[in-house]
Amino acid sequence: MKLNLRVWRQQTPDAPGAMVTYEVDGVSRDMSFLEMLDTLNEDLIVRGEEPVAFDHDCREGICGACSLVINGEAHGPERTTACQLHMRSFRDGDTIDVEPWRAAAFPVVKDLVVDRSAFDRIIQAGGYITAPTGSAPEAHATAVPKPDADRAFEHAECIGCGACVAACPNGSAMLFTSAKVNHLGALPQGSPERETRVLDMVAAMDDEGFGGCTLTGECATACPKGIPLPSITAMNREWLRALRKGRAARD
Amino acid sequence: MALATRTDRRPSTTRTLWDSTVGKKAVMAVSGLIMLGYLVVHMMGNLKIFFGAQEFNAYGHWLRHIGEPFLHSHWALWAVRVVLLAAVAAHAVSAYQLSRRDIKARPVAYAHKRRRAGYATRTMRWGGVILGLFIVWHILDLTTLTVNERAWAGHPYENVLATFSTWYGNTLYITAMAALGLHIRHGFRSAAHTLGAGSARRDRTLKALANALALLLFAGFVSVPVGVMTGVVK
Repeated sequence: MKLNLRVWRQQTPDAPGAMVTYEVDGVSRDMSFLEMLDTLNEDLIVRGEEPVAFDHDCREGICGACSLVINGEAHGPERTTACQLHMRSFRDGDTIDVEPWRAAAFPVVKDLVVDRSAFDRIIQAGGYITAPTGSAPEAHATAVPKPDADRAFEHAECIGCGACVAACPNGSAMLFTSAKVNHLGALPQGSPERETRVLDMVAAMDDEGFGGCTLTGECATACPKGIPLPSITAMNREWLRALRKGRAARD
Repeated sequence: MALATRTDRRPSTTRTLWDSTVGKKAVMAVSGLIMLGYLVVHMMGNLKIFFGAQEFNAYGHWLRHIGEPFLHSHWALWAVRVVLLAAVAAHAVSAYQLSRRDIKARPVAYAHKRRRAGYATRTMRWGGVILGLFIVWHILDLTTLTVNERAWAGHPYENVLATFSTWYGNTLYITAMAALGLHIRHGFRSAAHTLGAGSARRDRTLKALANALALLLFAGFVSVPVGVMTGVVK
């Protein structure tokens, strides 16, 4: 396959960037999207040009490092991460636009690499439990009903890639934050911090400059792990509940 | 390194509500639902126009005397007006502030343009502005009678007929009602989710309910100018 790539190139966080066109030849249908970019970079290095910087790590869809907006869609046309997206999803001669995540809270570091440490700070604000650590507890010590375990697991699947923010027209991190709130809130181990968690994580999310939710549903469509849109509804419910409880505790 | 926790001292409930994107959206949802409730009653009242001048004018008269003799005349009407004014203000201010924030959160657009979300979702902001301007005209036209062609105080039936006998009256009104339908189509479902009332199972019902409400209000309100234009109301 021969492809025309239009890739966002930006030297430094403050430098102006631009879409630059490259031709990539010899692309196999079985290559992943990242392998196709590797092919381009090998070419660029041989030609003495600066290779395209992009984030990647496990390349098996579980780490959440890759962060490419492909033809205007976070992680491209398939419901998966860019590393698990294969070139068979494209056709010979296609022109493909590759851009970084776009959000005020995710500044571009270089080319296609963005700084997602805002997510770390949201997690630091409440994405934990205060159970004592040490040896693993006996599995039957705390009974968890199956539906609760399923619900927690559904949300624990979030890999924190940030596709939800990239896809949202408001650059909102509601889906990411709700995944962690719902994951820990569904389990008995997470219930001691149930109220403070949601209040603190939403406050941290707002502090980072993410937008709000307008229920466009773009985030859930883009999520490679299928975190559903009603997770945001559940977080709203938790937040309003925590606010009421906080008030009752103060009075 | 110990991180500073937010648990030590919390701002007041109202402060937290208004400062948070989630809380501000809840204010927007509640104020929107108040206005929606009012509109359903307003639309039903409007339909009395199909039963003739006497009944419609008597209904208009009654609105000014609700609760008498316990309440003084116009008190109930003014109570409703105050609540509505507060709802409009809260809705508009929260919408403005949240929109500003949303636009700031996505400073650079994607080079690859793609249509996002449905028509009703994309027109919420401009639709809201259109509705705000419509309300101003609507009050000047049929409440204060400032811009009404007939301007006959105490005779709403004749004034409504005068408005819908002009081309601009019909155009403004029907356009605004179309905007209203779209606004409710997205807004009602959105409000339910904002207040935590939605779920995966209930979303389909909420969508259907939002569409039904939007269609019902649009059809109900528009039936009046259509009735005048077709000569059913005269």
